[in-house]
Amino acid sequence: MTIGVLALQGAFIEHERMLAQLGADSFEIRQLKDIDRHMDGLIIPGGESTVQGKLLRELGLLQPLTEQIKSGLPVFGTCAGLILLAKKIDGGEAPHIAVIDITAKRNAYGRQLGSFAANAEFKGLGVIPMTFIRAPYISETSGAEILAEVDGKAVAARQGNILVTAFHPELTSDLSVHRYFLGIAAENSSKANSAEIAV
Amino acid sequence: MSDRLELNKNLAQMLKGGVIMDVTTPEQAKIAEAAGACAVMALERIPADIRAAGGVSRMSDPKMIKGIQNAVSIPVMAKCRIGHFAEAQILQAIEIDYIDESEVLSPADDKYHIDKTKFDVPFVCGAKDLGEALRRINEGASMIRTKGEPGTGDVVQAVRHMRMMQSEIRRIGSMAEDELYETAKSLAVPFELVKFVHDNKKLPVVNFAAGGVATPADAALMMQLGAEGVFVGSGIFKSGNPEKRAAAIVKAVTNFNDAKLLAELSEDLGEAMVGINEQEIALLMAERGK
Repeated sequence: MTIGVLALQGAFIEHERMLAQLGADSFEIRQLKDIDRHMDGLIIPGGESTVQGKLLRELGLLQPLTEQIKSGLPVFGTCAGLILLAKKIDGGEAPHIAVIDITAKRNAYGRQLGSFAANAEFKGLGVIPMTFIRAPYISETSGAEILAEVDGKAVAARQGNILVTAFHPELTSDLSVHRYFLGIAAENSSKANSAEIAV
Repeated sequence: MSDRLELNKNLAQMLKGGVIMDVTTPEQAKIAEAAGACAVMALERIPADIRAAGGVSRMSDPKMIKGIQNAVSIPVMAKCRIGHFAEAQILQAIEIDYIDESEVLSPADDKYHIDKTKFDVPFVCGAKDLGEALRRINEGASMIRTKGEPGTGDVVQAVRHMRMMQSEIRRIGSMAEDELYETAKSLAVPFELVKFVHDNKKLPVVNFAAGGVATPADAALMMQLGAEGVFVGSGIFKSGNPEKRAAAIVKAVTNFNDAKLLAELSEDLGEAMVGINEQEIALLMAERGK
């Protein structure tokens, strides 16, 4: 299992460490030539969505990654990654990869003084620790399934091959969300393999 | 460890691989955000002008900082004087995202730094070497940057400070455990911090480069020397084409190992800030606060 980690800006090393602990390989995506190789899944880390969105466009990564996700590549976005994957962003910012049917509210909890840690139920995983850093939340969803809520706000969702969390599992020692994502990736690659065999 | 300190270290983790730019007006803040800054530092005068103006340099007008907070969606930082905890309290009251207890401003206390553990907002502090870095961390800083020599456009001191920190980290990393006690004593820091550096071969918090970074090549140099991101102060808005230079430095930080791309990024940036050499300056800001 090999996961590409978008490494334009933000906390990507933390994701690579989680993947290594789960026995998955990873590589960093910093420019177009980095995605020549096969990946079973993609992680978009926390950081600043404005920075990552701009670099995705200017380095020519936005279109090829969007196409891969649309044709089924499993993707997991945390915090800024959630914003980049959302079809709508509250407050008028133009959407970026725009593949999951949610509206993301940026800086929904205010400035750094509003950052917090919580323990809450994640569907199928039980109660897990969640770290919110100048985090967004999901203000609306049409096609995506909500997987977790904190104080009545949706903070995790899935739509097919796309998984998003407003919080940062990579900043905790809890591996369950990453394990859940690797499950999605494994399911997808075995589907792809059997499709190839069928052909 | 308190939740708050952990959350504050976490915010610095989100800034990694990014460029934090000095801005003096909401317009400059918007230019910086559009160019790809991961945060802005709001201040009344950039270090080059502070240096030129002389006199006592203080925390910026909160109204000016609030104007910048309202102009952008990325984190906003601001500077207070070394040891001036009342300025820090004011910055916390306006919900700043990060306070830089900075040697760029005139120190308010020539002996004590701020007890940063008393605050909920995070602090970044400058350091010339590992001892200074760990002393600031012990006082509650959740992010470190090299001091460099602000407002000069001369990267030599940032390089010296980063190399010094990295080489001390390597030295401690290779020590026998029973040698760490003596190191803790000589650095005047708690044993636990030295032990962390020994075990993890890095600082317990994120470490950025700052002071004198003026070109994409400077930024790439600092990243290759081990910085986790860069602050650019006077280098952008003292140059011929701030938008273009800022965007090029952002890309240089992401792809700091790709010389071909760096060559493209370095083309046609217009005039860099003129800068002053270390030997030509009367005031070494890096000597403030140890």
